[in-house]
Amino acid sequence: MDGGQIRTEVSVFAHDLDRLMPMHLCLSASGHIASCGPTLLKLFPDLPFVGRRFFEVFDVRRPGGINSMSALNTRVGDRIYLGLRDQPKPMFRGLAIPLSSGQGLVVNLSFGIDIVNAVRDHALTDADFAATDLAIELLYLVEAKSAVMEELRQLNLRLQGAKSAAEEQALTDTLTGLRNRRAQDLALEQVLGKATPFGLMHLDLDYFKAVNDTLGHAAGDHVLREVSRILSEETRSIDTVARVGGDEFVVILPELAEPARLRNIANRMIAKLQEPMLFEGQSCQISASIGMTISTFYPNPSADQMLSDADQALYACKRAGRGCSQMHVTSDVPHPALGPDARG
Amino acid sequence: MHGLINRSIQCFLRDTYGVPLWAAVARRAELGFDSFEAMLTYDMAQTEAVIAAAVHLLDRPRETLLEDLGTYLVSHPNVDALRRLLRFGGVTFVDFLHSLEDLPGRGRLALPDLELPTLVVTNHTAEYFTLRCWSPLPGIGHVFLGLLRAMADDYGALVLLEYQGFAQGSEEVSIHLLESRFASGRRFELAARAG
Repeated sequence: MDGGQIRTEVSVFAHDLDRLMPMHLCLSASGHIASCGPTLLKLFPDLPFVGRRFFEVFDVRRPGGINSMSALNTRVGDRIYLGLRDQPKPMFRGLAIPLSSGQGLVVNLSFGIDIVNAVRDHALTDADFAATDLAIELLYLVEAKSAVMEELRQLNLRLQGAKSAAEEQALTDTLTGLRNRRAQDLALEQVLGKATPFGLMHLDLDYFKAVNDTLGHAAGDHVLREVSRILSEETRSIDTVARVGGDEFVVILPELAEPARLRNIANRMIAKLQEPMLFEGQSCQISASIGMTISTFYPNPSADQMLSDADQALYACKRAGRGCSQMHVTSDVPHPALGPDARG
Repeated sequence: MHGLINRSIQCFLRDTYGVPLWAAVARRAELGFDSFEAMLTYDMAQTEAVIAAAVHLLDRPRETLLEDLGTYLVSHPNVDALRRLLRFGGVTFVDFLHSLEDLPGRGRLALPDLELPTLVVTNHTAEYFTLRCWSPLPGIGHVFLGLLRAMADDYGALVLLEYQGFAQGSEEVSIHLLESRFASGRRFELAARAG
């Protein structure tokens, strides 16, 4: 009760010490290894420890400067890190305690983080660890964790595959909610298959890049959503409006084969798109060019040909100063639309 | 029930009776998918539906099917991980028996949401043990009967096992250890596999 340390001497037989600490070393006062635990013997069958000087066999790496018995005596009770001299591995954790006789030390070792490799490399078993040691639980945990990680990896791969497949099968443009290029191809295939006449528009926004560059991508995205709203409003439910590129749209209009009606629709779209759109108090001003063609222009209409012709007509609009629509000029069918149909 | 358990039942049916049988079970059980994901959790009713469908389609008693499931879990090469994890429980079959009570805790170490049956092992004499299991799955005792039989083989122990029925919420299996080192058993290395 006076705060003084009560030192009780405990003596155990060497073979009991082996069970309690199967990786211990008994060092004599002179620093010679007097005996060592069975697991250490198993680890290094070719290394005769007993009788050799501790510091000839082992190298205390941390803390530094421990290279004599007197230095080790000052570190009694501290955790030390040591390995075999001239061998990078394995590394042990160690703890030195003085013998009650005052003559020599017991150094107990354990594997550090390398335990899994040590167990594998030296084919260690439960019997090589003290019954109280949690080494086996650690090995169990490493294995269980690896098994779970592998399951999760497989699950991730399957989910990744499912996601790609779903994206591939998706028909909707995620930003605008319009149909995408894949849906456009399917819709074209469908109208061509039915052999009903239809109109095709290729619409490209004008001055959109300026909005993006000056007001930022959020403004650009807002404009694209507004454009999609306008295009949806200006078309019927049986029409297909697809966003097929950054600021490119394709409209398929089944049962609409009159150039004048298509031109009216296109011009109305352009007029609506030219109305300033507000984004966070800023006015965004864009326009659009629309190239058009009609399935009845062709004896055997094909998607590729019609898209290409609509594209040609679109570029004619761009050359004519943008903000207008133009019908594909065909040599077979007389057509009045030779110049820009509308101007913004 | 945890996907890992459902997945094990699926692997048992697939590896033992073939892919078409599993497909038929999944249809009959109206799962709505063709494969359990080991890392997801499912409604207990789906597990029950799978077992009922398999019992019906295979025309085998539920008890023998569940016993075969238990045997499969620790003896089929496709699910060697479980056998290895159980072998960590002890060096001898008796050690292993005593470690069974730790099984739910060990399971949670690996997967915090894994609910394994509560197990109590009672040691009547050095040779007579009883195992009591609590689980939402009726017939869990039969699963453990098959599992213990296969693990005894694994350890090379000779045992007599008997299903003792259902009492006070648990199912009971009696274990009579005739010889703990009857055969050499299968090898078990603590860290046999790289990575």
